[in-house]
Amino acid sequence: MITLYDYELSGNCYKLRLLMSILGIDYKTVPVDFYPGREHKSDWFLRLNPLGQLPVIDDDGFVLRDAQAILVYLASKYDASGTWYPRDNPELLGQISQWLAFADGITSTSSAARLHDGMFYDFDIETVRAGAHRLFRILDEHLWFGEQEGRDWLCSADHPTIADIACFPYIMLSEEGGISRQDYPAIRRWCDRVKRIKGFVVMSGVFPAGPAKAA
Amino acid sequence: MQQSRCTDPVILNLWHPLAALVDMQPGVVFDTVLLEERVSYAHDGQGEAAAWRSFAGLPAGAAVEIDQLVETLPVKVAYGYLWTSLGTPGELFPIPEFAEADRRKLNAATLGVNVSAPRAIENFLDMGHFPYVHTDILGAEPHTEVKEYDVEISVERDEILATRCRFYQPKASTVSTEGADVDYVYRVPHPYCSVLYKSSPADESRLDVIAIFLQPIDQEHVRAHMMLCVLDDENEDKIIKRFQQTIFGQDKPILENQFPKRLPLDPRAETPIRADKSAIAYRRWLSQKGVTYGVIPAAT
Repeated sequence: MITLYDYELSGNCYKLRLLMSILGIDYKTVPVDFYPGREHKSDWFLRLNPLGQLPVIDDDGFVLRDAQAILVYLASKYDASGTWYPRDNPELLGQISQWLAFADGITSTSSAARLHDGMFYDFDIETVRAGAHRLFRILDEHLWFGEQEGRDWLCSADHPTIADIACFPYIMLSEEGGISRQDYPAIRRWCDRVKRIKGFVVMSGVFPAGPAKAA
Repeated sequence: MQQSRCTDPVILNLWHPLAALVDMQPGVVFDTVLLEERVSYAHDGQGEAAAWRSFAGLPAGAAVEIDQLVETLPVKVAYGYLWTSLGTPGELFPIPEFAEADRRKLNAATLGVNVSAPRAIENFLDMGHFPYVHTDILGAEPHTEVKEYDVEISVERDEILATRCRFYQPKASTVSTEGADVDYVYRVPHPYCSVLYKSSPADESRLDVIAIFLQPIDQEHVRAHMMLCVLDDENEDKIIKRFQQTIFGQDKPILENQFPKRLPLDPRAETPIRADKSAIAYRRWLSQKGVTYGVIPAAT
């Protein structure tokens, strides 16, 4: 049984809950009082992850940290369809890795802005917001051109991959950091597509998709 | 846009919360913003606390002995929080249940929200959104009706009281085992604070107490301090805090998308429905008090 060390308001924890729900993986959670308790910096947690960061999973004794790494592990081990992390497709794997790194960039900008505004973290708010807008602009263009070619997802496949899951949460939560998605219509359409994936679940601050529009 | 600092005497003379003592390391300076003023605060771990207008010589993170400070602001330790005022404060409202020894008293979190304090109070008072925003926790379709309830403005206590509120909740608290009709009583004893009493699944003769204390950073930003004073002898602190943070995290985008951010007090500005009775009383009460900060006053 997988144990997820989890904080409800963390987008990086949410992406694992999201993938596990989509893949139908059973798991239990150990809540970590990230805020205001700073339990991720406590002795017991630092023994689990010396970086003092969430999330961490323990899969029958196999301990892994880092949201993106855990997505790779979970999809590789538990996705019977083999589509979320297609191990036999070098081009797709390369693209997925590219977007997983991009997701880390979203965390260090959009998530940082949210931590600043909501939990009073000491970041230079203008710098992190500007960084998020730069990434959102790049992503919006990528998605817009993709739509022109009939591509709905981040990577060149006709189905979503863990890249979409990795990038979704802190884009969806960006307004909590004062980063509007008003100017990114292709991002907004892509978010709506992610919300319609079978097995999609919400977290606090993320709402389900509205009723489908008539075709 | 540069907003002018607070000139509203009603708001200046109130007690305002700054932080939960449990979240403050003793003997260390913290700083925050209250009514657009930089304010620093500290406590000594022995029950003494201080607040003062920030100055460069004593930055956040510095060690401080609070009995050495001069020119401090009024200060009060109540309900687990440090309170101060930029004016001449009166009494802080009572919460008698806080003295009951068997209750769990926690700061669920202090969260920054991009909204005016009065908009946040109104959302706290609103039961109509439960099934849609707090789905399967504080409400669920088809149980969407807000039944008739009573609201009074108590002249004697100078507070709003909403009683006989009742709502079906799938999971009213951390100790709920099944859905139940839950009784609610709301108090608004302070323009920026509200105290909610709801049936306790742990003891049907008593009520859980959940309060929201809003610290106005400016007219359109608050720090929301969420106080819990509940009956639960089953769960760890962090489980109880997580429950409340989950709910507040669901409210946050709703609050931050309110427009206009300040609460309009003109009765014609927004169209209420019957379920908004407590909000109507709240707006009227703020008008009667002459509150201008965080609101759009009615035209006179």
